[in-house]
Amino acid sequence: MLAVRNLHKGFTLHLRDRLRLPVLAGVSLDVRAGECLALTGPSGTGKSTLLRCLYGNYRSEQGSIRVRHRGGWLDLARAHPRQVLAVRRETLGYISQFLRAVPRVSTLQLVAEPLVARGVAPQDARARAEDMLRRLRLPEALWPVPPDTFSGGEQQRVNVARGLIGRLPVLLLDEPTASLDPDNKAVVLECVQEAKTAGAAIIGIFHDTAARDALCDRAYDMTAARPETCAG
Amino acid sequence: MSDAPLLEAEAVTCRFGRVTACRDIDVAVHAGEILGIVGESGAGKSTLLRCLAGVVRPASGTVTYTDAGGREHPLHALEDSALRRLARTDWGFVHQHPHDGLRPHLSAGANVAEPLLRCGETRYGRIRTAARHWLEQVELDPVRMDDRVRTFSGGMQQRVQLARNLVTEPRLLFLDEPTGGLDVSVQARLLDLIRQLVARLQVAVVLVTHDLAAVRLLAHRLVVMQQGGIVEQGLTDQVLDDPQHAYSQLLVASELRC
Repeated sequence: MLAVRNLHKGFTLHLRDRLRLPVLAGVSLDVRAGECLALTGPSGTGKSTLLRCLYGNYRSEQGSIRVRHRGGWLDLARAHPRQVLAVRRETLGYISQFLRAVPRVSTLQLVAEPLVARGVAPQDARARAEDMLRRLRLPEALWPVPPDTFSGGEQQRVNVARGLIGRLPVLLLDEPTASLDPDNKAVVLECVQEAKTAGAAIIGIFHDTAARDALCDRAYDMTAARPETCAG
Repeated sequence: MSDAPLLEAEAVTCRFGRVTACRDIDVAVHAGEILGIVGESGAGKSTLLRCLAGVVRPASGTVTYTDAGGREHPLHALEDSALRRLARTDWGFVHQHPHDGLRPHLSAGANVAEPLLRCGETRYGRIRTAARHWLEQVELDPVRMDDRVRTFSGGMQQRVQLARNLVTEPRLLFLDEPTGGLDVSVQARLLDLIRQLVARLQVAVVLVTHDLAAVRLLAHRLVVMQQGGIVEQGLTDQVLDDPQHAYSQLLVASELRC
């Protein structure tokens, strides 16, 4: 579902005398449907940077990110922004550690939004959003409220609900269980496992080794693609 | 979002006397898409917007509008009357200052109704119903529809202006710093309103603003301008989270995070 070849990414800080920070040097990996790949390596090895590149949030400098979209392969590293948006709508989901809330938009609407954007009737989208929030045990009293005042764990579950509701075929997970208590962690892992069983190809960062072992089939060691200047 | 652009500018350059306000601009807007244009004051954002809307004639380059029937109109080669007709029926222009886009001595209802009259609608009942409907859409109480707009607050006037521009159900909306002089809570409300209406009506938008939070919320794609030229354009979140050009990096770094 996703094939990455020789991906390079670094940052040039123009405001710091064009300081050059290389992060990824030659990442190559494949993920098939129904498979979960863990990104492993210490902090600062570019795990989140890689996920952001795969989502098109960061611009890749070299290499290709081919994703299976509408029955064909599309290289996200070279795609037009409008194609990237279509891939995000129909194919590629991303669950980050942080929720970006929209002022005045209720939690329920926020979770239903990815479906509405794909043309699902608003009532059906709402019903599925309710199911999802109930499943993730977010108290019903919170549904009409915008999530910016929620606790970290509540926001995280809103994020997970929003990321999983579309049942997209490729999922990128950046610490989806980071700020959760054990019970809620178990529920989230169960939902991710279900998505996997349903055929989703998943790439994730999990600092929780138990979660990683339960979910992932393989690991990609990020230290393998460190730029030379950063090695050691 | 269909793939043929609704509006396309190719190699557009605008000059005022010896000053080049925008230089060699290529930009396209597609149906149902929000395109943000950011940059410092004097970067040429508003000039570009007015050029895209057919108000300012470029020194060189073309702006082509494709109507609902698929016919292409080279804006700056059209007769004035044809251009005015398109501007009346197919697009709207929301100005930064409400007094540039409204008639302050007329009532809110009359302000919203006027574009319909200009499009040839003559049935009073229908005009009144439409005005009431669009005032409600921008969350204004229709009880006040017979009050003069100059008695309204800045935020309310800006919503009347929005209603006045939506009443003809345009395919394309130009917004020039629509939240410019408003206080923050009013800005948030107006932005959210624009976001919802645009999604519901599937109208394409070109949004000029200083406000990076606003473009993050609203725009699908983003253009960064500096000294009359485009220095960077792309997916909004990519340009804001991973800016490539020195000026875009400065712009993003200067923004306060909240």
